[in-house]
Amino acid sequence: MAMSNKASERGIISQRAHFWFQRLHEGDAVAHLVTLIVASTVLVVTGLLVYELWIDSALSRQKFGWKFFFTSTWDPVFESFGAWPFIFGTLVTSALGLLLAVPVGLGAAIFLAEMAPPKVSSALAFVIDLLAAVPSVIYGLLGIFILVPWLRTSAEPFLNTHFGFLPLFQGPAYGVGFLAGGVILAIMILPYIISVSREVLLAVPPEQREAALAVGSTHWEATWEVVLPYARTGIFGSIFLALARALGETMAVTMVIGNTPQVSSSLFAPGYTIAAAIANEFTEATGNVHLAALMELGLVLFVVTFILNGLGRLLILATAQQGTARE
Amino acid sequence: MRELTKKIFCFALALISISCGEQAAKPVLINGAGATFPYPIYSKWFDEYHKLHPEIQINYASVGSGAGIRQMLVSTVDFGASDGPMTDEQLAQANVPILHFPTVLGADVATYNIPGVQQELNFTPEAIAGIFLGKITKWNDPLIARENPGIKLPDAGIVVIHRSDGSGTTYIWTDYLSKISSEWKEKIGKETSVNWPVGLGAKGNEGVSGLIKQTPNSIGYVELVYAIQNHLPYARVRNAAGAFVKADLATISTAAAETATSMPDDFRVSITNPPGQEAYPVASFTWLLIPGKITDAAKREAIKSFLRWMLTEGQKFAEDLAYGKLPPDVVEKEMEAISMIQ
Repeated sequence: MAMSNKASERGIISQRAHFWFQRLHEGDAVAHLVTLIVASTVLVVTGLLVYELWIDSALSRQKFGWKFFFTSTWDPVFESFGAWPFIFGTLVTSALGLLLAVPVGLGAAIFLAEMAPPKVSSALAFVIDLLAAVPSVIYGLLGIFILVPWLRTSAEPFLNTHFGFLPLFQGPAYGVGFLAGGVILAIMILPYIISVSREVLLAVPPEQREAALAVGSTHWEATWEVVLPYARTGIFGSIFLALARALGETMAVTMVIGNTPQVSSSLFAPGYTIAAAIANEFTEATGNVHLAALMELGLVLFVVTFILNGLGRLLILATAQQGTARE
Repeated sequence: MRELTKKIFCFALALISISCGEQAAKPVLINGAGATFPYPIYSKWFDEYHKLHPEIQINYASVGSGAGIRQMLVSTVDFGASDGPMTDEQLAQANVPILHFPTVLGADVATYNIPGVQQELNFTPEAIAGIFLGKITKWNDPLIARENPGIKLPDAGIVVIHRSDGSGTTYIWTDYLSKISSEWKEKIGKETSVNWPVGLGAKGNEGVSGLIKQTPNSIGYVELVYAIQNHLPYARVRNAAGAFVKADLATISTAAAETATSMPDDFRVSITNPPGQEAYPVASFTWLLIPGKITDAAKREAIKSFLRWMLTEGQKFAEDLAYGKLPPDVVEKEMEAISMIQ
């Protein structure tokens, strides 16, 4: 600092240069530049992705316009394409996946972070991280050979007899369908929710909990009313990470969902997702409009993800403002 | 002194390079891409051919027929391969003429899982079209039962299973359906993936057969190769001459032979539903797509000599890998067509 004091006497420009030199010397400017470049590659890659999808989907965008989002035909022979069944399938399976995985994942994370002995907690956390690294095709195979037969012979008939009055559980039980897709996604995203939520819960300062206990709350009250709200932002983060994974999951879903582009009120019915359609049809698509439509599907998936993530951010902001314990 | 060493060194270097050039011919690297269905036989061929001609190296990427055609059109590969012939529109987009060379034959079979039925079923074209259009919904429908006396077909709903990924297998199946059913031709048509009126989609031959094994009362189509290797039950199909024929390597070669006389000069022909008592009706060629103009002389000669070898010696490898051999008439016609590559 003594140097920069001296520099101020020689005028502003030289002072700035000197200051910059000093920062360079300390490594700040270098670090700033390098991290800026690294950070901007993310933006550049995303930008290029959108640009490519936009350009390559031109034929389809011109031919179908906004109708692409709302029509349900997918006919490569007569070149008539609509994305609605795929959007529907993507949203339904992801929502079902989250619905099943969030309570279980959060419960497991609370147990691991708050109640389990530390040794058990870290051993289990290791196993959970391993689960996250299992390739999706393996989950898909488990889905075909174990989950689908079980759904067809046990779970779906059970749901149909007891809850068959709901349109959700009507129709023939094939095993493959929205339900199978949702369940397989739930299993796949569970490790993300548990792993990240556990880390977040462990990062809550012990003083928070101690303060709650000191004013007479029970162990569970301290967890539920103090620790969880404090960690809320991080937990939402883990859920959105899981959602992103679910929206883009291809292999495991295509193996169990039945690959039929249709909109149905029944979870037993076969469906299709955006990512699965692209993976299935891209290599053999010969028509230019067909290819462009697949590109536009990619663009649609991008838009859907963008909107859902945006909503997620808003949710976090809204709850953070009314929150008590955060920061 | 230093000058002299330099000169000697240069001379030696030149000598080495000349002698090397004389000993080994310039290596020729040829790249191709396309259909996945014939990949096992193609990789066998390219491997065997490389053993015979070590200077020629042919690389093949099995990226799918559609991708193969696209890469041919933008000339990023030296040759392509496809399970369906290129359309006139696609040929018009190409900047050089593209020639089709049939290589081997494949076929689709209808495989099924009906609890209690172990026997081979007989299917008429009307029954197959009806099932895949969703008009025949029960296994004991008279259209199926009539041709299968003595087999107790259940009063159960038919679950149709088709390919979800675009594939040559689907192309052959829908090509056949388009020929036997005018309703299919008008409403659905033929393509590597179509807008299926009924059924569940599964990825790949293994996905279709896996789902059929697990779903009672289901039916689907797979490649003959796949059905043979995995011992799947499959149906006899009534051909155009009225005989129920089981698919095997002989009956699919017969299907090709029956159409050889009416073969167009560019070999872009569908051989589904051919005449002939012994012909299995759901068979097809698979094609290599070769540019009619190849400027690099070494590449041109290598490709031409490979084609000649493939049509003669190479055909011997086909049946071991469960592909149908080309009938002699077609081979002869293709040999003549090789001279069109310039």
